[in-house]
Amino acid sequence: MKNRRIGWLLSVAFFVCVFFFWGNSPALAVEEPALEVASAAPAPAVDHGDNAWMLTSSALVLLMTAPGLAFFYSGLVRKKNVLGVMMQCVFLMCLMSVIWVLYGYTLGFGGDAIRTPPKWIGSLDHLWMRGVQAEWKDGQSVIPLHPALTIPRLTHMLFQGMFFIITPALICGAFAERMKFSAMVVFMILWGTLVYCPLCHAVWGGGVLQYGSPNAWAGGALDFAGGTVVHISSGVSALICALVLGKRLGYGSEPMPPHNLTYTAIGAALLWVGWFGFNAGSALAANGLAASAFAATHLAAAAAGLTWAGVEWIVRGKPTVLGTCSGVVAGLVCVTPAAGFVTPMPALLMGAAVGVVCYLACTAIKSRFGYDDSLDAFGVHGVGGTLGAILTGVFATRATGAFIDQPLGLLEGGRVMAAQLLAVAVTWVLAVVVTFAILKLLDAAIGLRVTRQAEIEGLDFSQHGEEGYIFI
Amino acid sequence: MKKVEAVIRHFKLEDVKNALTEQGIAGMTITEVRGFGRQKGHTETYRGTEYQVDFIPKIKIEVVVPDAKLPAVLDAVLRASRTGEVGDGKLWVSDLSEVVRIRTGESGENAI
Repeated sequence: MKNRRIGWLLSVAFFVCVFFFWGNSPALAVEEPALEVASAAPAPAVDHGDNAWMLTSSALVLLMTAPGLAFFYSGLVRKKNVLGVMMQCVFLMCLMSVIWVLYGYTLGFGGDAIRTPPKWIGSLDHLWMRGVQAEWKDGQSVIPLHPALTIPRLTHMLFQGMFFIITPALICGAFAERMKFSAMVVFMILWGTLVYCPLCHAVWGGGVLQYGSPNAWAGGALDFAGGTVVHISSGVSALICALVLGKRLGYGSEPMPPHNLTYTAIGAALLWVGWFGFNAGSALAANGLAASAFAATHLAAAAAGLTWAGVEWIVRGKPTVLGTCSGVVAGLVCVTPAAGFVTPMPALLMGAAVGVVCYLACTAIKSRFGYDDSLDAFGVHGVGGTLGAILTGVFATRATGAFIDQPLGLLEGGRVMAAQLLAVAVTWVLAVVVTFAILKLLDAAIGLRVTRQAEIEGLDFSQHGEEGYIFI
Repeated sequence: MKKVEAVIRHFKLEDVKNALTEQGIAGMTITEVRGFGRQKGHTETYRGTEYQVDFIPKIKIEVVVPDAKLPAVLDAVLRASRTGEVGDGKLWVSDLSEVVRIRTGESGENAI
């Protein structure tokens, strides 16, 4: 039972980590210099409105993974795999959360992000939640404040942690219905550590891709809520997964229609709602910028749903539910990097463009190349994210107030486009190379795919010993 | 005793049930089934991938009737389920050697 061994190994590793960290953290906490609480005249304080909004946004982003993505994806698979997909989403909510508090957050955001941010990866300042969690210091309770924001570090950590959950969960769409659960677990731990954390640092933690960072290449790219970090990285990695794992048994010869599109429609609607936390929450405050990002997000989703359905209506004679839902998600993906930088009319245009482009990616391009990206994780997130990052370079404007030092997008005479293209290229290369290496390593070590028999039986029974629909 | 099995359109179920009840039929069993006849299937499209769906959904009704009632029952089912379009379905009749009411153990036509 190779699978059982992997389960044991992971459990033991987890507990060893926790005990080790627990035993060590008080000693290390002493070395940590006291957080600057009273540097300038008025002590910075938590803004209640900002904190309320950011905690709400954190919950909204969690809702995107399950029930949102869990429903969206599980409706698209055959019914023998419905639990397999839901399990991946729910399990990742647990797994990635633990990694995030142990070391993920500090790899992304450790170090002085304002004055001297680390170039490649976050420092270990916040390992095991040091400087993030509540502390008893000098006879009083201290909830550390984020140095650049009006919310506690804890709120920032939670909000960013929810991104760390949904991003790997998006990849599950590419290898659905055939990847071994144990291999998925190890893959996600490595992927989160080696792809997400460095990229998150590069784009948001003061690294080489962040606009305005002293480390930035070509001035840095604009990525408001994760076009590169979340969507290009997961979408491109998804393509690599689909290619390395190979097609599902019977792909192209057997029918594999979605088993329950009502789930998919519910999931898409929940994703739409959760995305307000994702994009408007990325303002990191309850301000006008959040409202602007909220509006852009909503309108891009609406426009993309209309165009995808419209293209189908013209090309095939009927607008479909799945097409409209896919369009909505594609619109949300595309506007993610741009949300806080564009006004409503460009957001409508971006949505309209991505509706058409992703429709082509999921139909013509996929069938032309013949890869089996089961649920179109690449076609929607990889392609939509790439288009979004590029269009951000066109439409971004100072008007929203996110950055006001110089013109941004091409339309207002700005020069961020070069950095946008560079960020896209860096993300593609990192995602392709590291994902490929992880998959090859895992394939050699424990194998990626379930056996032929298990795949025919379905993942629900073969991986989890359960069935989604029981008829008594 | 005869068993009548009729594969019909979903929306004709209520009509057929009422027509049978009018003939004094006191019980029946229905099943959701899939299949094809001359109507053949149709195509469905999901994200641009077309699937030929050969087995299309129908309802199957099963009723057990005493020999004497058979002509009236057939007539009732046919009238109630017919639209005249391809896809109305089919019915068939078979002989039954035994019927038993489980609660009482009665058998034969008394058990129907």
